[in-house]
Amino acid sequence: MKLDVSAMENNFAAHAAGGEDDGGLFGAGADLPAMELPTCPADFDGFQKETKEMLKHKKGTTTLAFIFDKGVIVAADSRASMGGYISSQTVRKIIEINPYMLGTMAGGAADCQFWHRNLGIKCRLHELANKRRISIAGASKLLANILYSYRGMGLSIGTMIAGWDEKGPGLYYVDSEGARLMGSRFSVGSGSLYAYGILDEGYRYVMPVEEAAELARRAIYQATFRDGASGGCVSVYHVGPNGWTKLSGDDVGELHYKYYPVEAIPVEQEMADAPAA
Amino acid sequence: MSIFEYNGSAVVAMVGKNCFAIASDRRLGVQLQTVATDFQRVFKIHDKLYIGLSGLATDAQTLYQRLVFRHKLYQLREERDMKPQTFASLVSALLYEKRFGPYFCQPVIAGLGEDNEPFICTMDCIGAKELAKDFVVSGTASESLYGACESMYKPNMEPEELFETISQALQSSVDRDCLSGWGGFVLLVTPTEVKECVIKGRMD
Repeated sequence: MKLDVSAMENNFAAHAAGGEDDGGLFGAGADLPAMELPTCPADFDGFQKETKEMLKHKKGTTTLAFIFDKGVIVAADSRASMGGYISSQTVRKIIEINPYMLGTMAGGAADCQFWHRNLGIKCRLHELANKRRISIAGASKLLANILYSYRGMGLSIGTMIAGWDEKGPGLYYVDSEGARLMGSRFSVGSGSLYAYGILDEGYRYVMPVEEAAELARRAIYQATFRDGASGGCVSVYHVGPNGWTKLSGDDVGELHYKYYPVEAIPVEQEMADAPAA
Repeated sequence: MSIFEYNGSAVVAMVGKNCFAIASDRRLGVQLQTVATDFQRVFKIHDKLYIGLSGLATDAQTLYQRLVFRHKLYQLREERDMKPQTFASLVSALLYEKRFGPYFCQPVIAGLGEDNEPFICTMDCIGAKELAKDFVVSGTASESLYGACESMYKPNMEPEELFETISQALQSSVDRDCLSGWGGFVLLVTPTEVKECVIKGRMD
Protein backbone atom coordinates (compact mmCIF):
# COMPACT_ATOMS: atom_id res chain seq x y z
CA MET A 1 0.00 0.00 0.00
CA LYS A 2 1.28 3.40 -0.90
CA LEU A 3 0.35 6.41 1.16
CA ASP A 4 -1.13 9.32 -0.73
CA VAL A 5 0.96 12.21 0.52
CA SER A 6 -0.21 14.76 -2.01
CA ALA A 7 -2.00 16.78 0.65
CA MET A 8 1.25 17.26 2.54
CA GLU A 9 3.05 18.87 -0.33
CA ASN A 10 3.06 22.65 -0.13
CA ASN A 11 1.72 24.53 -3.08
CA PHE A 12 2.96 27.95 -2.00
CA ALA A 13 5.43 28.15 -4.84
CA ALA A 14 2.65 27.42 -7.32
CA HIS A 15 0.50 30.12 -5.71
CA ALA A 16 3.19 32.71 -5.91
CA ALA A 17 3.83 31.86 -9.54
CA GLY A 18 0.25 31.32 -10.76
CA GLY A 19 -1.44 33.87 -8.58
CA GLU A 20 -4.83 32.37 -9.39
CA ASP A 21 -7.02 31.63 -6.41
CA ASP A 22 -7.66 27.93 -6.01
CA GLY A 23 -8.82 28.19 -2.43
CA GLY A 24 -5.38 27.85 -0.89
CA LEU A 25 -4.59 25.00 1.44
CA PHE A 26 -8.28 24.16 1.91
CA GLY A 27 -9.20 24.44 -1.71
CA ALA A 28 -8.96 21.88 -4.45
CA GLY A 29 -6.78 18.93 -3.53
CA ALA A 30 -7.35 19.31 0.19
CA ASP A 31 -10.61 17.39 -0.03
CA LEU A 32 -8.72 14.33 -1.12
CA PRO A 33 -8.18 12.03 1.82
CA ALA A 34 -4.72 12.43 3.31
CA MET A 35 -4.33 8.70 3.38
CA GLU A 36 -6.16 5.66 2.31
CA LEU A 37 -8.72 4.48 4.85
CA PRO A 38 -7.87 1.07 6.31
CA THR A 39 -9.93 -1.70 4.81
CA CYS A 40 -12.20 -3.52 7.21
CA PRO A 41 -13.67 -6.99 6.93
CA ALA A 42 -17.00 -7.14 5.12
CA ASP A 43 -18.83 -8.16 8.32
CA PHE A 44 -17.30 -5.77 10.83
CA ASP A 45 -20.07 -6.10 13.44
CA GLY A 46 -19.79 -9.88 13.37
CA PHE A 47 -16.04 -9.69 13.77
CA GLN A 48 -16.38 -7.35 16.73
CA LYS A 49 -18.97 -9.60 18.36
CA GLU A 50 -16.77 -12.63 17.86
CA THR A 51 -13.73 -11.07 19.49
CA LYS A 52 -15.84 -9.93 22.41
CA GLU A 53 -17.20 -13.45 22.91
CA MET A 54 -13.64 -14.76 23.00
CA LEU A 55 -12.65 -12.39 25.74
CA LYS A 56 -15.79 -12.67 27.78
CA HIS A 57 -15.55 -14.09 31.22
CA LYS A 58 -18.95 -15.72 31.53
CA LYS A 59 -20.29 -16.80 34.84
CA GLY A 60 -22.30 -19.95 35.10
CA THR A 61 -24.36 -18.84 38.01
CA THR A 62 -27.20 -19.48 40.38
CA THR A 63 -28.77 -16.47 42.09
CA LEU A 64 -32.15 -16.10 43.72
CA ALA A 65 -34.20 -13.59 45.65
CA PHE A 66 -37.66 -13.62 47.16
CA ILE A 67 -39.97 -11.39 49.15
CA PHE A 68 -41.62 -12.65 52.32
CA ASP A 69 -43.36 -11.03 55.28
CA LYS A 70 -40.12 -9.95 56.98
CA GLY A 71 -38.36 -8.50 53.98
CA VAL A 72 -36.31 -9.85 51.07
CA ILE A 73 -33.85 -12.76 51.00
CA VAL A 74 -31.09 -12.66 48.39
CA ALA A 75 -28.72 -15.59 47.83
CA ALA A 76 -26.08 -16.61 45.30
CA ASP A 77 -23.21 -19.01 44.62
CA SER A 78 -19.66 -17.76 44.02
CA ARG A 79 -18.19 -19.57 40.99
CA ALA A 80 -16.76 -17.90 37.88
CA SER A 81 -15.97 -20.04 34.87
CA MET A 82 -14.55 -19.65 31.37
CA GLY A 83 -15.88 -22.54 29.33
CA GLY A 84 -15.17 -25.63 31.39
CA TYR A 85 -12.43 -24.00 33.43
CA ILE A 86 -13.23 -22.68 36.91
CA SER A 87 -11.47 -19.34 37.15
CA SER A 88 -12.60 -18.51 40.69
CA GLN A 89 -14.59 -20.03 43.53
CA THR A 90 -14.79 -16.83 45.57
CA VAL A 91 -16.64 -14.28 43.49
CA ARG A 92 -19.01 -11.84 45.16
CA LYS A 93 -22.13 -12.01 43.05
CA ILE A 94 -24.30 -10.05 45.44
CA ILE A 95 -23.43 -6.40 45.04
CA GLU A 96 -24.16 -3.95 47.82
CA ILE A 97 -25.49 -0.92 45.96
CA ASN A 98 -26.32 1.00 49.14
CA PRO A 99 -27.25 -0.05 52.71
CA TYR A 100 -30.86 -0.68 51.61
CA MET A 101 -30.38 -2.17 48.17
CA LEU A 102 -28.66 -5.23 46.73
CA GLY A 103 -28.04 -6.36 43.18
CA THR A 104 -27.22 -9.85 41.96
CA MET A 105 -25.07 -10.67 38.97
CA ALA A 106 -25.39 -13.33 36.30
CA GLY A 107 -23.97 -13.25 32.78
CA GLY A 108 -20.81 -11.38 31.80
CA ALA A 109 -18.71 -10.52 34.87
CA ALA A 110 -17.41 -7.21 33.56
CA ASP A 111 -20.81 -6.07 32.31
CA CYS A 112 -22.47 -6.81 35.64
CA GLN A 113 -19.74 -5.26 37.76
CA PHE A 114 -19.54 -2.10 35.69
CA TRP A 115 -23.27 -1.42 35.41
CA HIS A 116 -23.95 -2.14 39.05
CA ARG A 117 -21.23 0.29 40.08
CA ASN A 118 -22.71 2.75 37.61
CA LEU A 119 -26.16 2.22 39.13
CA GLY A 120 -24.70 2.80 42.60
CA ILE A 121 -23.41 6.19 41.46
CA LYS A 122 -26.75 7.14 39.92
CA CYS A 123 -28.62 6.12 43.07
CA ARG A 124 -26.33 8.18 45.27
CA LEU A 125 -26.73 11.23 43.01
CA HIS A 126 -30.50 10.80 43.15
CA GLU A 127 -30.26 10.70 46.94
CA LEU A 128 -28.23 13.94 47.04
CA ALA A 129 -30.51 15.74 44.60
CA ASN A 130 -33.81 14.74 46.20
CA LYS A 131 -32.82 14.31 49.87
CA ARG A 132 -34.41 10.86 49.97
CA ARG A 133 -33.40 7.38 48.96
CA ILE A 134 -34.34 6.17 45.51
CA SER A 135 -37.12 3.59 45.35
CA ILE A 136 -36.34 0.06 44.20
CA ALA A 137 -38.69 0.60 41.28
CA GLY A 138 -36.78 3.75 40.32
CA ALA A 139 -33.34 2.19 40.63
CA SER A 140 -34.31 -0.86 38.61
CA LYS A 141 -35.80 1.37 35.95
CA LEU A 142 -32.59 3.43 35.73
CA LEU A 143 -30.70 0.21 35.04
CA ALA A 144 -33.31 -1.19 32.67
CA ASN A 145 -33.30 2.02 30.61
CA ILE A 146 -29.51 1.97 30.29
CA LEU A 147 -29.51 -1.69 29.31
CA TYR A 148 -32.29 -1.11 26.79
CA SER A 149 -30.27 1.66 25.17
CA TYR A 150 -27.44 -0.85 24.65
CA ARG A 151 -29.75 -3.59 23.41
CA GLY A 152 -28.30 -5.75 20.64
CA MET A 153 -24.76 -4.53 21.29
CA GLY A 154 -23.66 -7.64 23.13
CA LEU A 155 -24.13 -6.82 26.80
CA SER A 156 -24.92 -9.91 28.87
CA ILE A 157 -26.58 -9.20 32.20
CA GLY A 158 -29.26 -10.96 34.20
CA THR A 159 -29.80 -9.25 37.50
CA MET A 160 -32.20 -8.82 40.36
CA ILE A 161 -32.50 -5.52 42.20
CA ALA A 162 -33.77 -6.15 45.72
CA GLY A 163 -34.17 -3.85 48.68
CA TRP A 164 -36.35 -1.92 51.05
CA ASP A 165 -37.83 1.49 50.25
CA GLU A 166 -40.67 3.71 51.51
CA LYS A 167 -43.25 1.27 50.19
CA GLY A 168 -41.64 -1.75 51.86
CA PRO A 169 -39.74 -4.63 50.28
CA GLY A 170 -39.07 -4.44 46.56
CA LEU A 171 -37.79 -6.96 44.02
CA TYR A 172 -37.22 -6.52 40.30
CA TYR A 173 -35.70 -8.71 37.60
CA VAL A 174 -33.77 -6.78 34.96
CA ASP A 175 -31.83 -8.17 32.01
CA SER A 176 -29.76 -6.99 29.08
CA GLU A 177 -32.55 -7.88 26.64
CA GLY A 178 -34.49 -5.00 28.16
CA ALA A 179 -36.89 -6.88 30.40
CA ARG A 180 -37.85 -5.44 33.80
CA LEU A 181 -40.25 -7.50 35.87
CA MET A 182 -41.65 -7.00 39.34
CA GLY A 183 -42.31 -10.17 41.31
CA SER A 184 -42.20 -12.00 44.62
CA ARG A 185 -39.53 -14.55 43.72
CA PHE A 186 -36.92 -14.91 41.01
CA SER A 187 -33.95 -17.08 40.22
CA VAL A 188 -31.40 -16.24 37.53
CA GLY A 189 -28.51 -18.10 35.94
CA SER A 190 -27.61 -21.52 34.54
CA GLY A 191 -28.61 -23.22 37.80
CA SER A 192 -31.85 -21.25 38.19
CA LEU A 193 -34.09 -24.15 37.20
CA TYR A 194 -32.76 -26.33 40.00
CA ALA A 195 -33.08 -23.46 42.47
CA TYR A 196 -36.67 -22.76 41.38
CA GLY A 197 -37.51 -26.39 42.13
CA ILE A 198 -36.53 -26.06 45.78
CA LEU A 199 -37.72 -22.47 46.12
CA ASP A 200 -41.25 -23.03 44.76
CA GLU A 201 -41.63 -26.17 46.82
CA GLY A 202 -40.67 -24.55 50.12
CA TYR A 203 -41.87 -20.97 49.68
CA ARG A 204 -44.52 -19.43 51.94
CA TYR A 205 -45.20 -15.72 52.41
CA VAL A 206 -45.18 -15.94 56.21
CA MET A 207 -41.90 -17.40 57.42
CA PRO A 208 -39.34 -16.73 60.13
CA VAL A 209 -36.13 -15.15 58.78
CA GLU A 210 -34.10 -18.26 59.71
CA GLU A 211 -36.40 -20.54 57.75
CA ALA A 212 -36.36 -18.24 54.74
CA ALA A 213 -32.56 -18.11 54.84
CA GLU A 214 -32.36 -21.89 55.06
CA LEU A 215 -34.72 -22.23 52.10
CA ALA A 216 -32.51 -19.92 50.02
CA ARG A 217 -29.35 -21.72 51.13
CA ARG A 218 -30.82 -25.11 50.30
CA ALA A 219 -32.02 -23.93 46.89
CA ILE A 220 -28.59 -22.57 45.96
CA TYR A 221 -26.88 -25.67 47.33
CA GLN A 222 -29.05 -28.00 45.25
CA ALA A 223 -28.32 -25.88 42.19
CA THR A 224 -24.56 -26.07 42.79
CA PHE A 225 -24.88 -29.84 43.12
CA ARG A 226 -26.68 -30.35 39.80
CA ASP A 227 -25.20 -27.48 37.78
CA GLY A 228 -21.58 -27.83 36.73
CA ALA A 229 -21.16 -24.09 36.31
CA SER A 230 -22.36 -23.16 39.82
CA GLY A 231 -20.47 -23.75 43.05
CA GLY A 232 -18.07 -22.34 45.59
CA CYS A 233 -19.83 -20.69 48.50
CA VAL A 234 -23.47 -19.94 49.22
CA SER A 235 -23.99 -16.42 50.54
CA VAL A 236 -27.34 -15.36 51.94
CA TYR A 237 -28.44 -11.78 52.59
CA HIS A 238 -31.57 -10.44 54.25
CA VAL A 239 -32.99 -6.96 53.60
CA GLY A 240 -35.33 -5.62 56.28
CA PRO A 241 -36.64 -2.16 57.22
CA ASN A 242 -33.20 -1.25 58.59
CA GLY A 243 -31.23 -2.28 55.53
CA TRP A 244 -29.41 -5.43 54.55
CA THR A 245 -27.44 -7.85 56.68
CA LYS A 246 -25.32 -10.74 55.53
CA LEU A 247 -26.68 -13.85 57.21
CA SER A 248 -24.26 -16.54 56.11
CA GLY A 249 -21.53 -17.67 53.72
CA ASP A 250 -21.02 -21.42 53.58
CA ASP A 251 -18.51 -23.41 51.56
CA VAL A 252 -20.43 -25.95 49.47
CA GLY A 253 -17.63 -28.46 50.05
CA GLU A 254 -18.62 -28.51 53.72
CA LEU A 255 -22.32 -27.80 53.25
CA HIS A 256 -22.81 -31.00 51.27
CA TYR A 257 -21.53 -33.18 54.07
CA LYS A 258 -23.63 -31.21 56.56
CA TYR A 259 -26.75 -31.99 54.57
CA TYR A 260 -25.67 -35.53 53.78
CA PRO A 261 -23.32 -36.79 56.47
CA VAL A 262 -21.32 -39.83 55.43
CA GLU A 263 -21.96 -42.53 58.01
CA ALA A 264 -18.72 -44.13 59.07
CA ILE A 265 -18.52 -47.70 57.88
CA PRO A 266 -18.05 -49.85 61.00
CA VAL A 267 -14.69 -51.55 61.08
CA GLU A 268 -15.06 -55.24 60.51
CA GLN A 269 -14.35 -57.46 63.46
CA GLU A 270 -10.75 -58.51 63.25
CA MET A 271 -10.20 -62.18 62.99
CA ALA A 272 -9.00 -63.64 66.21
CA ASP A 273 -8.07 -67.13 67.20
CA ALA A 274 -10.95 -69.08 68.59
CA PRO A 275 -10.63 -69.44 72.35
CA ALA A 276 -9.15 -72.76 73.28
CA ALA A 277 -11.90 -75.12 74.20
CA MET B 1 -18.86 -28.21 22.65
CA SER B 2 -16.76 -31.24 21.77
CA ILE B 3 -18.33 -34.67 22.08
CA PHE B 4 -15.38 -35.64 24.31
CA GLU B 5 -16.66 -33.07 26.81
CA TYR B 6 -20.30 -34.12 26.66
CA ASN B 7 -20.27 -36.23 29.84
CA GLY B 8 -17.19 -34.80 31.57
CA SER B 9 -14.39 -36.95 32.99
CA ALA B 10 -10.98 -37.06 34.63
CA VAL B 11 -8.70 -40.09 34.60
CA VAL B 12 -5.11 -40.33 35.84
CA ALA B 13 -2.59 -43.13 36.40
CA MET B 14 0.73 -42.99 38.24
CA VAL B 15 3.67 -45.31 38.70
CA GLY B 16 5.35 -45.96 42.05
CA LYS B 17 7.94 -48.40 43.29
CA ASN B 18 6.71 -51.84 42.12
CA CYS B 19 3.17 -50.52 42.14
CA PHE B 20 0.80 -48.25 40.29
CA ALA B 21 -2.37 -46.31 40.96
CA ILE B 22 -5.21 -45.36 38.66
CA ALA B 23 -7.89 -42.87 39.61
CA SER B 24 -10.96 -41.25 38.09
CA ASP B 25 -13.79 -38.91 39.03
CA ARG B 26 -17.35 -40.18 39.54
CA ARG B 27 -19.47 -37.68 37.65
CA LEU B 28 -21.74 -38.48 34.74
CA GLY B 29 -23.21 -35.33 33.28
CA VAL B 30 -25.04 -34.12 30.22
CA GLN B 31 -23.06 -30.97 29.47
CA LEU B 32 -23.47 -28.86 32.63
CA GLN B 33 -26.21 -31.00 34.19
CA THR B 34 -24.99 -33.57 36.68
CA VAL B 35 -26.95 -36.79 36.19
CA ALA B 36 -25.08 -39.29 38.39
CA THR B 37 -22.29 -39.15 40.94
CA ASP B 38 -21.43 -42.85 41.11
CA PHE B 39 -20.25 -43.48 37.58
CA GLN B 40 -17.40 -45.94 36.99
CA ARG B 41 -14.72 -45.10 34.47
CA VAL B 42 -12.00 -47.45 35.72
CA PHE B 43 -12.52 -51.09 34.77
CA LYS B 44 -10.76 -54.29 35.70
CA ILE B 45 -9.37 -56.51 32.97
CA HIS B 46 -7.65 -58.92 35.34
CA ASP B 47 -6.14 -58.75 38.84
CA LYS B 48 -3.15 -56.71 37.74
CA LEU B 49 -4.50 -54.83 34.73
CA TYR B 50 -6.95 -51.93 34.67
CA ILE B 51 -8.23 -49.51 32.08
CA GLY B 52 -9.70 -46.05 32.61
CA LEU B 53 -11.86 -44.67 29.81
CA SER B 54 -12.41 -40.92 29.66
CA GLY B 55 -14.64 -39.21 27.12
CA LEU B 56 -18.11 -40.17 25.94
CA ALA B 57 -19.69 -42.48 28.56
CA THR B 58 -21.64 -44.66 26.13
CA ASP B 59 -18.51 -45.37 24.09
CA ALA B 60 -16.52 -46.08 27.27
CA GLN B 61 -19.00 -48.78 28.27
CA THR B 62 -19.20 -50.29 24.78
CA LEU B 63 -15.44 -50.30 24.43
CA TYR B 64 -15.04 -51.92 27.84
CA GLN B 65 -17.45 -54.71 26.89
CA ARG B 66 -15.57 -55.40 23.65
CA LEU B 67 -12.26 -55.41 25.53
CA VAL B 68 -13.54 -57.89 28.12
CA PHE B 69 -14.81 -60.09 25.30
CA ARG B 70 -11.48 -60.06 23.50
CA HIS B 71 -9.58 -60.67 26.72
CA LYS B 72 -11.74 -63.67 27.58
CA LEU B 73 -11.11 -65.17 24.13
CA TYR B 74 -7.38 -64.63 24.71
CA GLN B 75 -7.58 -66.34 28.11
CA LEU B 76 -9.36 -69.37 26.62
CA ARG B 77 -6.87 -69.77 23.81
CA GLU B 78 -3.65 -68.97 25.70
CA GLU B 79 -4.67 -70.09 29.21
CA ARG B 80 -3.06 -67.03 30.76
CA ASP B 81 -3.74 -63.35 31.38
CA MET B 82 -2.68 -60.70 28.91
CA LYS B 83 0.47 -58.70 29.50
CA PRO B 84 -0.23 -54.95 29.80
CA GLN B 85 1.82 -54.24 26.65
CA THR B 86 -0.18 -56.81 24.68
CA PHE B 87 -3.42 -55.38 26.00
CA ALA B 88 -2.38 -51.87 25.01
CA SER B 89 -1.79 -53.10 21.47
CA LEU B 90 -5.21 -54.78 21.50
CA VAL B 91 -6.90 -51.52 22.58
CA SER B 92 -4.95 -49.61 19.98
CA ALA B 93 -5.96 -52.05 17.22
CA LEU B 94 -9.59 -51.98 18.31
CA LEU B 95 -9.61 -48.19 18.23
CA TYR B 96 -7.92 -47.92 14.84
CA GLU B 97 -10.52 -50.28 13.38
CA LYS B 98 -12.87 -47.34 13.75
CA ARG B 99 -10.43 -44.84 12.21
CA PHE B 100 -13.11 -42.91 10.32
CA GLY B 101 -15.85 -43.12 12.95
CA PRO B 102 -13.98 -43.42 16.20
CA TYR B 103 -15.04 -44.24 19.74
CA PHE B 104 -14.97 -40.88 21.51
CA CYS B 105 -12.78 -42.19 24.32
CA GLN B 106 -9.26 -41.58 25.47
CA PRO B 107 -8.07 -44.70 27.31
CA VAL B 108 -5.57 -44.91 30.15
CA ILE B 109 -4.10 -48.36 30.67
CA ALA B 110 -2.25 -49.36 33.83
CA GLY B 111 -1.00 -52.76 34.86
CA LEU B 112 1.72 -54.84 36.46
CA GLY B 113 3.62 -56.90 33.93
CA GLU B 114 6.17 -59.67 34.27
CA ASP B 115 8.34 -59.38 37.41
CA ASN B 116 5.68 -56.92 38.64
CA GLU B 117 7.06 -54.19 36.42
CA PRO B 118 4.51 -51.32 36.39
CA PHE B 119 3.21 -50.24 33.00
CA ILE B 120 1.12 -47.20 32.19
CA CYS B 121 0.08 -45.78 28.87
CA THR B 122 -2.55 -43.61 27.25
CA MET B 123 -3.70 -43.18 23.69
CA ASP B 124 -5.92 -40.94 21.62
CA CYS B 125 -9.32 -41.99 20.31
CA ILE B 126 -7.89 -43.71 17.25
CA GLY B 127 -5.21 -45.67 19.03
CA ALA B 128 -1.94 -43.74 18.96
CA LYS B 129 -0.09 -45.16 21.96
CA GLU B 130 1.83 -42.92 24.29
CA LEU B 131 3.90 -44.71 26.90
CA ALA B 132 5.13 -42.93 30.02
CA LYS B 133 7.36 -43.81 32.93
CA ASP B 134 5.76 -41.46 35.46
CA PHE B 135 2.09 -40.56 34.95
CA VAL B 136 -0.60 -40.26 32.31
CA VAL B 137 -3.80 -38.20 32.32
CA SER B 138 -6.94 -37.82 30.24
CA GLY B 139 -10.40 -36.26 30.28
CA THR B 140 -11.86 -32.77 30.51
CA ALA B 141 -9.63 -32.00 33.51
CA SER B 142 -6.49 -33.21 31.72
CA GLU B 143 -4.87 -29.76 31.59
CA SER B 144 -5.16 -29.20 35.33
CA LEU B 145 -4.15 -32.83 35.91
CA TYR B 146 -0.93 -32.26 33.99
CA GLY B 147 -0.20 -29.30 36.24
CA ALA B 148 -1.01 -31.13 39.44
CA CYS B 149 0.89 -34.31 38.51
CA GLU B 150 3.87 -32.39 37.16
CA SER B 151 4.31 -30.65 40.52
CA MET B 152 3.30 -33.45 42.91
CA TYR B 153 4.82 -36.54 41.30
CA LYS B 154 8.06 -38.06 42.59
CA PRO B 155 9.69 -41.19 41.19
CA ASN B 156 9.76 -44.46 43.18
CA MET B 157 7.02 -43.66 45.67
CA GLU B 158 5.92 -46.31 48.14
CA PRO B 159 2.27 -47.44 47.80
CA GLU B 160 1.00 -45.31 50.72
CA GLU B 161 2.57 -42.13 49.39
CA LEU B 162 1.47 -42.89 45.84
CA PHE B 163 -2.11 -43.27 46.99
CA GLU B 164 -2.00 -39.91 48.77
CA THR B 165 -0.34 -38.19 45.82
CA ILE B 166 -2.74 -39.43 43.16
CA SER B 167 -5.75 -38.61 45.35
CA GLN B 168 -4.53 -35.07 45.98
CA ALA B 169 -3.66 -34.55 42.31
CA LEU B 170 -7.08 -35.76 41.19
CA GLN B 171 -8.96 -33.75 43.78
CA SER B 172 -7.17 -30.46 43.17
CA SER B 173 -7.53 -30.86 39.39
CA VAL B 174 -11.23 -31.57 39.31
CA ASP B 175 -11.82 -28.60 41.62
CA ARG B 176 -10.77 -26.43 38.66
CA ASP B 177 -13.05 -28.20 36.19
CA CYS B 178 -16.80 -27.64 35.82
CA LEU B 179 -17.43 -30.99 34.16
CA SER B 180 -15.68 -33.48 36.42
CA GLY B 181 -15.40 -34.25 40.10
CA TRP B 182 -18.28 -35.05 42.47
CA GLY B 183 -16.10 -37.56 44.37
CA GLY B 184 -13.28 -39.76 43.21
CA PHE B 185 -12.30 -43.39 42.78
CA VAL B 186 -8.75 -44.50 43.47
CA LEU B 187 -7.27 -47.91 42.80
CA LEU B 188 -3.86 -48.89 44.12
CA VAL B 189 -2.23 -52.08 42.86
CA THR B 190 0.83 -53.69 44.43
CA PRO B 191 2.17 -57.18 43.63
CA THR B 192 0.32 -58.60 46.62
CA GLU B 193 -2.83 -56.58 47.04
CA VAL B 194 -5.35 -54.27 45.39
CA LYS B 195 -6.81 -51.35 47.31
CA GLU B 196 -10.00 -49.78 45.99
CA CYS B 197 -11.19 -46.55 47.49
CA VAL B 198 -14.03 -44.10 46.96
CA ILE B 199 -12.84 -40.69 48.09
CA LYS B 200 -14.94 -37.77 49.22
CA GLY B 201 -14.65 -34.50 47.41
CA ARG B 202 -16.44 -31.25 46.71
CA MET B 203 -19.91 -31.95 45.38
CA ASP B 204 -20.16 -28.82 43.23
